[in-house]
Amino acid sequence: MKQVLFILLCAVFTLGATAQIPSVNLKDMNGKTVDTASLAKTGKPVIISFWATWCSPCKRELNSYMDYIEDWNEEFGVTLIAVSIDDQRTALRVAPYVNSAEWEYDVLLDTNSDFKRAMQVNNVPHTFLINAAGKIVWQNNNYSVGDEEELYEQLEKLK
Amino acid sequence: MKTLQLFFTALLFVPLTLSAQIQQGPDLGQVTGNVSLLWQSYSEDEAINAAVPAEKAAMNAWANLIYTRGKFSAGLRYESYNNALVGFPGRFKGNGIGYRFARYNDDMFDVTIGNFYEQFGSGMIFRTYEERFLGIDNAMDGMRIVFKPFQGVTLKGVYGRQRLDFDDGLITGDGLIRGADADININQLFEDLADKDLQVNIGGSFLSKFQSGSTIEKDTLFLEVPQNVGSSAGRVNAFYKGFNLYGEYVRKINDPSADNGYIYKDGEAYLASLAYSQRGFGFTLGGKVIDNMSFRSDRDLQLLDAPINFLPPTTKVHTYNLAATLYPYATVITTGESAYSVEVFKKFKPSEIQEGERGIGSSFKKLYNTIVGEYGTTITANFAAANSLDTTNLAGQEGVVYGYERNTLGFGSTKYIRDLNVEVSRKFNKNFKAKYTYYYLEFNTTTNAVTTDFKGLLFADIHVLELQNRLSKHHSLRTEVQTLFTEQDKGDWATLLFEYSFSPHWFVSVMDQYNFGNDDPNDRIHYLYGTVGYIDGANRLTMGYGKRRAGVFCVGGVCRAVPSSNGFEITFTSSF
Repeated sequence: MKQVLFILLCAVFTLGATAQIPSVNLKDMNGKTVDTASLAKTGKPVIISFWATWCSPCKRELNSYMDYIEDWNEEFGVTLIAVSIDDQRTALRVAPYVNSAEWEYDVLLDTNSDFKRAMQVNNVPHTFLINAAGKIVWQNNNYSVGDEEELYEQLEKLK
Repeated sequence: MKTLQLFFTALLFVPLTLSAQIQQGPDLGQVTGNVSLLWQSYSEDEAINAAVPAEKAAMNAWANLIYTRGKFSAGLRYESYNNALVGFPGRFKGNGIGYRFARYNDDMFDVTIGNFYEQFGSGMIFRTYEERFLGIDNAMDGMRIVFKPFQGVTLKGVYGRQRLDFDDGLITGDGLIRGADADININQLFEDLADKDLQVNIGGSFLSKFQSGSTIEKDTLFLEVPQNVGSSAGRVNAFYKGFNLYGEYVRKINDPSADNGYIYKDGEAYLASLAYSQRGFGFTLGGKVIDNMSFRSDRDLQLLDAPINFLPPTTKVHTYNLAATLYPYATVITTGESAYSVEVFKKFKPSEIQEGERGIGSSFKKLYNTIVGEYGTTITANFAAANSLDTTNLAGQEGVVYGYERNTLGFGSTKYIRDLNVEVSRKFNKNFKAKYTYYYLEFNTTTNAVTTDFKGLLFADIHVLELQNRLSKHHSLRTEVQTLFTEQDKGDWATLLFEYSFSPHWFVSVMDQYNFGNDDPNDRIHYLYGTVGYIDGANRLTMGYGKRRAGVFCVGGVCRAVPSSNGFEITFTSSF
């Protein structure tokens, strides 16, 4: 058993450098199926942020990014995909919340956390920055006021 | 079990061998993973009757690894309970692999062997999922095939047993589950309809459970146990210009179980919801009836063990400490319920006043603008209600076998929950935001046994004020002041929380929960708890110390009861 784990750990260190976006079929807020692998194939950087209607820091984060996303889009061509992990209990609240908060992000519904698991997310908020080549270049399993500065610096590095 | 482990080990060797051979190969695949760890120490504390296991400390840890190469992936989760944290299913013990799978996935076929999580429709017929921080995991172990013959059509088949327990490895439950689901997106299937305003999804499921059994003795009757229990469901999900209509119906044939008192009545579930939203405004309306729909892969199990389906509670998931952890509502699956909910979202934005505009209109506008502020004010109002079913008990032998009959879809006489909450949030300036939330609760603690101190209908008012101050570019302070007033159970509570963060790495928080209204002066206790956290990208380490109140610990609306405790706690999560 221990040998197996050792080998797995070796595998992690030899192969772990090139994370790509796994393929999971999710629905958008209009019921259309979207393959998550396609999110990173636009040739432009993309921010993927996992959130839920019951997660206060997630909502603080995405409400805060609304103040910047237009500028970031102009400067870096970046878009933001907000992936809701609300399950059937609260999934109905997603669209009304998003619209009443006037978010302009593309929103995907991960109602059974399939994409969350595939992206190795332990808990929300968890935000990824993916470069134009489709590789994860930065991630943050938190939100504190001021994290937008950090994200901006990371975006600048992509130029 | 051993053979399986060897098999999966072998699968993981394949890429390694390949990577050794092809030093600069075009695609060696990738390994991703995550690690999480919870450690807690337990000290004696008579005042709060703290739980102290003999080993004085406990640790749960998990590591997930997924190897992906092109269309192939394989993964496993190593779990460790040394021993399980108090409040977790106590029989989780030892170390081993609790989850492993191999999967092939292309545009048309997606085949998984081993463990998987799956959901049909809303999950009222079938849902396997995990909340590992709560000890909840009903993963399937078997095989799943997903077939997408055309754009917009998804067919799924599942076959296997469910995770029930963990003892140096995965232990599956007794029952066998076989299910199939079809999901059709009409607009993606027919190209002509692709850009229509009306978008429609339809779906249907069938699922059957097999568990061996012979007869049940009831009264003077010997009844044969149905070994195969079939259930089916149909659903529709339609979207039209900001409207979203969802409906689902599930029926299950006779399934005598510990949850329903071993009656032979069929089970039914209805779910209907309507949501509408546009920029700055939205509402939802939802109704559901859950009648004898407890569905488990083992008829003799209860509570969180081996559920096949998921019956979503009608109330909103509350996030603030007192509202979320003292009286959280869960669907009453044993006796069933009839429930509805309504919610309205509205953002009030300042109105524009034209230059030179005068008169009473402009005075009103000015007053309105002062109230809503430069950045606007958001109000969310939510109401949820659930009662017992409207039923008539059957008499004589019929009563022994079938129990009762449902008269209507409406309310029965027993109140389960009334939950009214209103949230007002306002941004005052770039550096200051405030949010006030009021809750009115009527909560039946007999049907939702969240406390042992009071049985009956509990009335409570909760007030929460949250303030967020941005102190500088990277520093911020968040304050929560909460009070809960009730004449029943443990009486009144207050919570005060300060959370100071300095982006991007640190936060410190202190929380005091004070049971100031307890009838017994000796129980008017301060539960003081401090936490320090360090975050670096995908790594998150927190350390806490203090008293933890007995209560219900929830993640996203799924909860488990935890006893009171006093001591240190360390959590670490990471992913790569």
